[in-house]
Order: sequence, then structure tokens, then C-alpha cells
Amino acid sequence: MAPRTLYQKIWDSHLVETDDAGTGLIYIDRHLVHEVTSPQAFEGLRLAGRQPWRVDANLAVPDHNVPTTDRAAGISDPISRAQIEALQSNTREFGITLFDMDDVRQGIVHVIGPEQGATLPGMTVVCGDSHTSTHGAFGALAFGIGTSEVEHTLATQCLWQKPSKTMRVTVDGAVAPGITAKDIALAIIGRIGTAGGTGYVIEYAGEAIRNLSMEGRMSLCNMTIEAGARAGMVAVDQTTIDYIKGRPYAPSEAQWAQAVACWSELHSDEGAQFDAEVVIDGADIQPQVTWGTSPEMVIAVDQAIPDPAGQDDEVRAAGMRRALEYMGLDAGTPISAVNVDKVFIGSCTNSRIEDLRDAARIAQGRKVASNIRVAMVVPGSGLVKQQAEEEGLDQIFLDAGFEWREPGCSMCLAMNADRLEPGERCASTSNRNFEGRQGQGGRTHLVSPAMAAAAAVFGHFTDIRGL
Amino acid sequence: MDRSNVDTDAIIPKQYLKSIRRSGFGPFLFDDWRYLDAGDLDTPVESRRLNPDFELNDARYAGASVLLARKNFGCGSSREHAVWALENYGIRCVMAPSFADIFFNNCFKNGVLPIVLEEKVIDALFEEVRDGAQLTIDLPAQTISTPSGQNIAFDIDAGLKARLVQGLDDIGLTLERADVIRAFENKHRQSQPWLFAE
Ligand code: SF4
Repeated sequence: MAPRTLYQKIWDSHLVETDDAGTGLIYIDRHLVHEVTSPQAFEGLRLAGRQPWRVDANLAVPDHNVPTTDRAAGISDPISRAQIEALQSNTREFGITLFDMDDVRQGIVHVIGPEQGATLPGMTVVCGDSHTSTHGAFGALAFGIGTSEVEHTLATQCLWQKPSKTMRVTVDGAVAPGITAKDIALAIIGRIGTAGGTGYVIEYAGEAIRNLSMEGRMSLCNMTIEAGARAGMVAVDQTTIDYIKGRPYAPSEAQWAQAVACWSELHSDEGAQFDAEVVIDGADIQPQVTWGTSPEMVIAVDQAIPDPAGQDDEVRAAGMRRALEYMGLDAGTPISAVNVDKVFIGSCTNSRIEDLRDAARIAQGRKVASNIRVAMVVPGSGLVKQQAEEEGLDQIFLDAGFEWREPGCSMCLAMNADRLEPGERCASTSNRNFEGRQGQGGRTHLVSPAMAAAAAVFGHFTDIRGL
Repeated sequence: MDRSNVDTDAIIPKQYLKSIRRSGFGPFLFDDWRYLDAGDLDTPVESRRLNPDFELNDARYAGASVLLARKNFGCGSSREHAVWALENYGIRCVMAPSFADIFFNNCFKNGVLPIVLEEKVIDALFEEVRDGAQLTIDLPAQTISTPSGQNIAFDIDAGLKARLVQGLDDIGLTLERADVIRAFENKHRQSQPWLFAE
């Protein structure tokens, strides 16, 4: 057999059939469900009198709308509450497992899937959320879908897909100490652009990627959608297998050896052809900070904000001018001279235990600067929160003046009460710096957890390598 | 809409995603750009001031059903609400040099036609419609005709085209293949039993 890429292997093993136009019917192993993109899909099933094809492939959790303050008080916004109640009644009606708001396993859908072992190597994983790309860290094919496809998955356990082109992004050599997966992801997006991956599935390779923990690989694959690719993936290795062992949804003892043998095939074969190749030198990657309203508008922490006047492409220059105006920034200002008002550590990109440890290391023994209105830490799940508390991280944050919250999406997209006011500037570990993303008129700068913690204690962006 | 990377957060901001319905999003299309004051599901749009500088509020483009856009249109979140808002507003076709994948797929599920055209063709169209003009799109023939008499051909996947023209029930069609899916599933269960709960 000709050498195949990891993507091709998973495609081949899930292809039910191909139609005349070359579109494949792909079998879906895991469907994750949250409250925002599912109500209309369940309603569609009901109207058509259909049942879910395979109930046990689904796992549901409320995350986008949940409050991150005391849960006992309930949700004060009646519309948010109605959406969560719809998820509760829909999952009850159709018999789907739900980790509800009072369940310690509740959290952001892309944190809990892996945490439970519900995301496994070689799977096809979908969810009505673009950051489903996160799960590709396990050598799975994972991508976001719209609500019509949520309904299609529920009803048929399959989706019609065109085969994607493949791109390999190789990060050669080790990265410098303090450089995280978030910096790698932003540096890649800065290189290829937010549309650079459109139409591709990206496989990450190279020494810097192999050295990442599963948490790091998840952060990296998570941001893949920000490069325009629907899915990112990393080949399975011992790090993957060690992470999965013993998790609730992982294969049983009896099946473990067979599963591991099967997973050991989940890498691109020697000589497999990719449609595009990008190579980056790990040693070149610095701590990253975005300055504009698209993740590709990114620079290293020791650089100055770029000048649109230096651009040949007029559409691009206009976009930069618009971004500078929205962000309230002047070209030429060193990014380290920019003060922030709020700090958000959380989201499906950076709310796992390793992210919180990174941030706590910077916060330890320091105090949040006086110009910071709020610095909040929002763990990705109830279990992450529990573990962080066992390690004493909550106390480090509280002593430094951070708020320690309940798990959820929170200020990543500000659907709950956590948001920026117009003009407020935020150092955020989330994934999107679009206009209004964290609240209308709010200004978002994307950074790693350690960089966000440093912005909190110094009041402005600071190179964590000097700390 | 002469800007690149228009994201789905801009097409329909998050506060409207709390609706559990599929319709009624049109008035909130491009909400942050279209109105001067902030809005949410509870605020009647009639009470809000329109932003006179925003394209869709310009008399030349009133009632437009074709949206001309720049590269990477519809990037960001998978929210199908973005397409529901465009469709509900009355947009039947979006033309751009490139689209984000999930948005592109979502369009076809809702009878909105996304057309990919070369950058320089888009540039020329922007010039031609600057003062408002009618474009005629013939989907079966896959052509766009412009007021200056140009005929521009566009590509579209045959299967997706059939779906738009006939408005098929995707799920119903897939379920006609239920036996094939069931057979695949049984084989899959045998080779990777850990993917299935007992
Ligand atoms: S944390 Fe943010 S990006 Fe992730 S699922 Fe929630 S809203 Fe989406």
C-alpha cells in the first residue's frame, strides 16, 4: 500500500461510502453537544419524528452560558437559563448523557471530552463548535460543524464530507524555555495567516511538537481553526497513551492492549505526501502578543506595533488601519508599553491544569497591579478546578489578587455575565481577538497563560523570559 | 462589504445566540456595525439608531440580496446563526475570493449560495456596483451577469448545486442508506470495540 498520511488513515477507516461527486459519507464516533448550537437540531429531530442513531456516541455539557460565580444562585439571565434548560430537557428526552451544572465533571466541552477519555486516538469527533479541532491532539480527526450537521449527526451518525487537502507544519528543534504551545500556535498563524489553512487538515510534526504535553498539543490543535484549517492533528505516541490510561471512558483493561496496538498505527507513514509543507525553526519562536483584531495580527513581546504605511497591499493596509483604530493603538508603540485593564485566564485554549500552573508560577509572591480592574482565572472544568485546589494554585491566585471562578467559557465570548466594557483592554488566554468578541467595544490581546499572568502583575505586557 | 476576514462574531454577535429558535436573526445581522447603540434579544431594533456609515444602511444598497465581500468571509465560530441571519435579512448569495470552510458548508444547508471568484474579478465587481447596481445570478447556468454586459462564469460542486436547486432533505436522503451505515457500524464495532459502550 502507498504511504498514507494520518488524515488519510482515519478517513479510510471511517468511510462508509462515496457518492458520484466524490463526497464521502463518514462515520462519526463521538459527538459532543453543548447548549448554544443544539436546540434547533433537537427541535428538527422532534419535528421529523426521528430518534438519535446511537445514543452512547453523544455526550452533552452546558458551558457557554453558565455563570462562573456561585452556582447555587442559579442563572440570573432568563434567556441564558432557557437555553440551558432546553439542553437539560432535550438530553433527558433523547436519553443522552449530560454533565449538568452541578456535576463536578462539568466544564468546557473541549476540556471535558479528553479529560473523560471520551476523545480517543483514531476517532472521528464532531461538535457544533469550531474549536472541536482541539481533539485532534489525540491523533483523532476532529472538526466543528453547524447546527444542521449536528442534527444530521444525531440522526444518522454520519456526515457527508469532501476529502481535505493535507498540510504538514513542522516545528524543528526545541523551543526556548518559557515558550508554550500558545506561542507556537500564534507564531504559525502569524506566518501562514488566518486563511492559510483553509481547505486543509494540518498535521503538526517536529521535535517541538513531540516535546509538548497533551495539554500543549490541545492548545495548539485548538488554535488550528484560527489558521483557517478545520482540523489539526498530532500523531499518537507514548505521551498520548499515558494521558488516556485510566480515564473513565478509556478502553477497559481487557481491551487496552488491543487498543494500544491499533493506536500505534496512527502516524503518517514514511514518505507520505502532503499537499503543502511549512517548516518553522522552534528556536525562532518568541512569546507572542496579538495587537489587532485578527489572530494573524501578532508580534513578539519585544516588538513594536507594525505600521500600515509599510504595506504594499491596500486591502491589508486598510485592515490594519481599521484594527489600530478599533484597538486604540498607534503604530510604532512597543507592545510592552501597552497597559491593560483586565486579564482573563481560561477558555478551551488555555484552562487546563498545566496552563494554570504556568500562570501561578508567575503570580506566586506577586500582586496584581493597581491599574488592573479584574484579573480572573476560570478553570476549564470542575475536575481541573479540584486538582488546582489540591495543588494550592487557587490560594496563589487569590493571594496575588486574582479572582478564582467556576468552570465555563466565561469571558472567552462573554455570553454570560463576564465581559469587557467598551474600550477596555484585556490580556486574554483565549483564541479570538475579533471586534466585540469579549464584549462590545472590548479590546482583546491574545497571549499564553504565563504572559497573561505577567500582564496582570505588571499592568502591561512583559516578557516572561526575564522573570 | 469591502473588508477581509469578516468573522461570524461580526455577522451575528453572541448575545443573539441565546435564542433557541432558527428564525428572526435578520434584524441583528452585522449588529455591532449596523447600529450605533448596543442591542440584545430584548431591545426592539426600532428603538436603536442606525449607523449611517455602514454599507447596508446606505440607500444605494437597500434591500440587497447579493453580498459582495473580501477574502476569508465567515471565519471564526461554527455558528449557523450567521447564515440564518443573512438568509433572514434577504441575502441569497455571497461572493468573495475565499470563505471559511464551516461557514461555506452552512450556507448550502440554508439555501444561501456562496460563490468563490478570483480576487481581480471581485475587484472589478466592487467597481461596477459602487453606485448600486443589479447583478443577475443564474445558478443552473452558473453565470453572473453585470449591468455592463459582462458574463462571469463560476464553479460550484455538482452535488451542492443539486441540493440548492432542489432543496433536498439531507437527513432523509442519508437515512435511505441506513443499511449501508448499519453494516459499516457492525464492522467498525468488531475492529474497535472500545468505541462502543456495552
Ligand atoms: S471557551 Fe471560547 S472558544 Fe472555547 S468553546 Fe467556549 S466560547 Fe468557544
